[in-house]
Amino acid sequence: MTQYRVLPGPEHFLPPSAASMGICLPNPGEAHINGVIVPEEKAYEEAAKQFLMARVPTLFPGPLVLWAWNEKAAKKATAIRHLYNTLKECVQPGQTPMLIPMPDYRPKYPKINPEVEINPNHPNLTIWHNKIDCCMFIGVHCHQANLSLKIIRGGTSCYTIAMCAQAGHEDAMLSFRDASVEKIMKLAEWVKKLKGTVQPRLTSAKSGASN
Amino acid sequence: MSKERIKISEDLYDIMPSDYQDLVKSATYGKEDRGWKDIGNSKELIEQHSLCAGCPESMAFRYILASLPNPEDTVMVGSTGCTSLVFPMVAVHNIHSLFGNQNAIASGLKRALSVRFPGRTKDVVVLAGDGATVDIGLDMTLQAWFRQEKFTTICFDNELYANTGGQESGLMQKGFVAKMAPVGKLFDKVRLPEIARESGCHYVVQCTVSKPSLVEKVVRNAVMISREIGPTYLQLYTPCILEIGKNSMEGLQEMRDSEKPTERFAYKEYISEPAKELLAEIAAKDKEKKAAAKQLAAQGA
Repeated sequence: MTQYRVLPGPEHFLPPSAASMGICLPNPGEAHINGVIVPEEKAYEEAAKQFLMARVPTLFPGPLVLWAWNEKAAKKATAIRHLYNTLKECVQPGQTPMLIPMPDYRPKYPKINPEVEINPNHPNLTIWHNKIDCCMFIGVHCHQANLSLKIIRGGTSCYTIAMCAQAGHEDAMLSFRDASVEKIMKLAEWVKKLKGTVQPRLTSAKSGASN
Repeated sequence: MSKERIKISEDLYDIMPSDYQDLVKSATYGKEDRGWKDIGNSKELIEQHSLCAGCPESMAFRYILASLPNPEDTVMVGSTGCTSLVFPMVAVHNIHSLFGNQNAIASGLKRALSVRFPGRTKDVVVLAGDGATVDIGLDMTLQAWFRQEKFTTICFDNELYANTGGQESGLMQKGFVAKMAPVGKLFDKVRLPEIARESGCHYVVQCTVSKPSLVEKVVRNAVMISREIGPTYLQLYTPCILEIGKNSMEGLQEMRDSEKPTERFAYKEYISEPAKELLAEIAAKDKEKKAAAKQLAAQGA
């Protein structure tokens, strides 16, 4: 079994892909935390804790949910908005939850406006600019999510969560699989449940702004 | 084909950057008679670009994108060169190919799209520079035409390798001295329009992009013919103002000067017999539509 763990970076300029270091994807009903397979329930708790600890917990919805290309996508968008509203209700003063879209995957170099969007080809710009220390990708096609997660791990200290509709992401620090409306709502419930029980990292020197 | 397929999820609408909201609200996806006259009245399918100030390629891009008959169901294939700096800002599906590979990629893509979406019209348009089309990718360009692949090839002819500093290309005119070709071109400009005709293209046009209405006409014709009959080729003169020692404001005049009847970019057109028939059919249908609309308007009045 591999000793490698998927931890917040900055790891180095070109971090290895977690899969190449022996990290495996979870089976249905499971998730992984730092590369260790856990029951899904444990991952909900850990994800909620990370959100509530973060100074700038952020959701990054991707094209699969931003565009209403089918009914399911529109429903997921509603659930994401609910999760964001829940985060806003549950955080303490000084914490600033954000909801920043990844509308498509065009490199858009050098035009990226990190205040209003994130781009998979240089996600670190948005993380640095907004000092994001915990984020969740949802509705991003797997290849682009892997690319972004690796860049974030390489150049920032941001904690990454993937709510993947397929088999999950090795390169995230915490990954769910088979994302659905129900799973997003359940995560929101866990955030509510843990409200007030987690000490936010407000005074911590470590933030997503590492470079 | 309609704008119905391009909708933002209601609950996340407010967080979408304004350029995407504008694309959904006022771009001309799904508009049947879209054309260059929509520029200024609607959201263009090019947000901005990183070409040099005054570059005629940027004009060409704007006219072409405004003229594609079916942008929501079109995939453009680009190649290495100045054009590849623009595609990231284009709101039409596009693929960047290896240098010169564009027509091979487009062949596979067109065939795959027709299998994957049998009931839907999917257009493929290659847009590459002269280096990719005529030098490095000539094999792929010609083979696609020989095989009668149903897509349009557009070559932005700036007569040299512009973004690497001005090396000699096959489409450079004889005797021209460029920054990285100090001896001067020893051979004639490759006559690709003639080669295209002989290689099986059903519609071949060589022109400049000084007249938007002309660009609109040839782009529409080329796409419609390639959709129904076979390969089409457009060679558009988009001079590199930096490499020929012109100022930002002089690109348009350079094109006007080069398209005079005795100059090398005088308008040249070839249409095969089947393509002529198709264009006549399309024109007749358009005429009928216009007459019906006129009649309807008269009845309403």
